Parts: sequence; structure tokens; C-alpha cells
Amino acid sequence: MSRLTAHPIIKIDEKKEISIYYEDQLLRAKEGETVAAALLAHGFRIFRYSAKRNEPRGIFCGIGQCTDCIMEIDGKPNVRACMTIVHEGMTIRTQKGLGQ
Amino acid sequence: MSDSGEKSYDVIIVGAGPAGLGAAIESGKAGARTLLLDENQKPGGQLFKQIHKFFGSKEHFAGMRGFLIGEKLLEEAVKHNVEFRLGARVWGLYPDGCVTATDEENSLNFKGKKIILATGASENALSFPGCTLPGVITAGAAQTFVNVQHVLPGKDFVVVGSGNVGLIVTYQLLQAGANVIKIIEAAPKISGYGVHAAKIRRAGIQILTGHTIISASGRDQVERVIIAKVDENFNPIEGTQQTILCDTVALAVGLSPRIELAGAGGCEMTYSKTLGGVLPVHDDNMETSFEHILIAGDLSGIEEASTALDEGRLAGCRAAYRLGLMTLEDYTSKKVMILNRLAELRCGPFGNKRMLAKEEIWKKAV
Repeated sequence: MSRLTAHPIIKIDEKKEISIYYEDQLLRAKEGETVAAALLAHGFRIFRYSAKRNEPRGIFCGIGQCTDCIMEIDGKPNVRACMTIVHEGMTIRTQKGLGQ
Repeated sequence: MSDSGEKSYDVIIVGAGPAGLGAAIESGKAGARTLLLDENQKPGGQLFKQIHKFFGSKEHFAGMRGFLIGEKLLEEAVKHNVEFRLGARVWGLYPDGCVTATDEENSLNFKGKKIILATGASENALSFPGCTLPGVITAGAAQTFVNVQHVLPGKDFVVVGSGNVGLIVTYQLLQAGANVIKIIEAAPKISGYGVHAAKIRRAGIQILTGHTIISASGRDQVERVIIAKVDENFNPIEGTQQTILCDTVALAVGLSPRIELAGAGGCEMTYSKTLGGVLPVHDDNMETSFEHILIAGDLSGIEEASTALDEGRLAGCRAAYRLGLMTLEDYTSKKVMILNRLAELRCGPFGNKRMLAKEEIWKKAV
């Protein structure tokens, strides 16, 4: 899990860096990217624990259809990490069950 | 939630992928007041994730990379005064042509004389022990992260499925610097186009046919998978298991039409194995069991971006004709031209099966 730096076809533009907080830890994210992309770029892939069996869950479909990647974002539970764009000062928490 | 009031349009299109854009261009060009809704912040559907060159004819932008086709279509839609409403998740469709959506903050209500649904497809999941572990993703997710977000969602990949999606995404993972260990395919033969498979083989990646995934396991995320050979009934053969160390499994095991909205609108459904499962009954004008609801693209049967674009164009023309914005002569000549182009895309050993399946569906609409 890492950011692309070079690519034979895609032009990788320099993007502004912003600060987000994942479990109170400061992470550098790129402006315009999704929460899911920012977390994966830093090697985090457990986004929540399931309600019944407390099993880890992460990205599955990546386009907002499956809702497996829901997290607590800016204090709001059940937010899709793959569809939510990061912003300066955003707080992100792993969701436990149905969330708080 | 606040209500923003109801706005009226001649044509409302749901989904701004190739089918929706094709419909919007034709409907806008004919002078219909056209609204294009999409839940994403950017239009284009999956087109902007496609960095490979497309096939087909000049009208299908053959030889052009997917994302450049997306830019061209967007430009054209804007030129024909199509109104875009992005970040709007459509959740309701009523018999009177009311479309309800939300932008997460507000409830949005629109009314359309004609509704064109171009809601696309969902990727199929595959059930096996460990399939919910972080690290098991769809091939489309891999493509989204790599080509749009520019982040590799894993390091060492096993790809399940050798259809065109599996083959193309594998190649795109390689281009992005990932390690793809193997593609496994349950069928006895590679299921995608030879031209895509050849690129994978030239890159030295093994495509293991006649094999399935038995399980994925690891502590809180994928660390290994077990695969095994299958017999002619796709049952695993005892004693053929092998373990592959990897951190990511990308599933490319087919797509299904995204029928929820068509279902909410009350469209009659039918089933076609070749076209991806349950889908709305429709005729060769793209009209469903309700004259005012039309469909196009993967929702009307899983095919390709080029077919989706042309089906969208056809639906857009049909809506314009029904609204009195196009003469029957004009509509008929456009329809013949588009259906001929579609027939070209639906030929050969892969396309012919889809052509026959489409004709079966059209018959049901009579």
C-alpha cells in the first residue's frame, strides 16, 4: 500500500497536503482524495469492526455501493470512507459495530 | 433535511457514465430540457478509470483511451446545455415521473416527462471463508484506487477471474508497480479477449485456469490464500490445494445490472444469464414496460462502455422523439444507424451471444 509516484500513462499531479486525524494520530493526506485512499496510502486497511461478530472490515467495492468501509468521520457514524473527500482537520475513527 | 421544491425537466437521466452521457447529448441536442443526476462528485462513471485504448469504430472512439473519451463526451454534453447535478444520490422514482434524491443535506425533488435510467452495474462478490477480511476487494476497487486516487490498495495481488475486467485490471496494477502473483480462473479457458490475455502473459503473469479460491486467511487482514484445482462441475479436487502468500485478493467475477431504481419505478423485470442476471424488460427503443421510463447501458444488460454509449444515444433520441422534438423520419434514421453500430459491437464469438440475448429481451417487450 503506497502512493504512486510515477506512471507510464497517468500524469501524477503534485497535490496540496493537508492534515487529518486518524484515531488522534496526525496523517498527511492529499487534497481531493478520499478518506479510504488516505488511510490505504498510510497502510491502514481495517476501517471498522462488524456489529455481531466483531470482525474486521475494510474496503470492498470502493465506489460507495457496498458500505463495508463505513467509519466515524467528524463525529458522524456510518460514513462511507470511499466516497468522502478529506478536508483539513478531519477526524476519523474506526467504527465499532453500529458506531457512536 | 429541507425540501428544495420541485423542478421540472423534459428528460431526467440518472447516472452520468457513458450511457447517461450518450443519452444526455442526444436529448440536449434535440432541444429537450435535460437534467443529468449522479451521486459522484465527478461525471463519467467508470470511464475516467479506463486508461486503456478502446476498440470499435470511429464513432466509438476506437484507439482512444477511456478517460479521454470521457472528457470528449462531457464537453459535448455541456455544449448541448445539459444541466448537471452531481453529488445527488437518487433514491426514489415514482410512476408520475417524480425523481427524489439527496445530497446528504437536502432532499431534492425533480419531475421529468421522460426518465432515462443509466444506473450501471455492481460487481459480483464471491463467497469463501475469509472473503470479508480487509484485503479482499473487487477488481473495480483496485482500479479506482490506482487510476483515480493514485494509491496502490495492496502490494502482492491474486486476481480471481480472467474476464476482460480481470485481465485489464491486472495490467493496470502492473503499470502502477504492483506485484500480481497469479490470475486464477475456474473455467477451463481464459474468458476475456485474447489481446488482453496476451499482454498479461507477455508480462510473465500466469493465468491459472481450472482453479478456484478456497479461502483467504490472516490476522485481521489477508496474508495468504488457498487455491485448488476444480473438476468439470467446478468442485475443488482433494489434494490439489496450494497456498499463495499475498496481501490482496481482487475479485473480477462478473457484474450485475443495478436494478434498484428501475424496480422502485415498477419496471417489469426479466432474467438473462448472458446479460448478467435480472434486468428490466425493454424493447429496441430502450423503452421499459412504462413508456416514460427508458434504460441504457449496463442496467439493460452487462456489455461494454461503447455499447452503453450507443444505447444511451438511442434512448436520448427516443425520448426526444416521444416529446415531439424529433420527427419520426429523423428518429428512425438515427435508430437504424445506432442499431447497426451496436450490431457491429455485438458480433464475433463474444458479441454474438449478447446479440441473441438482447433479441430475446426485445421479444418479451412486445
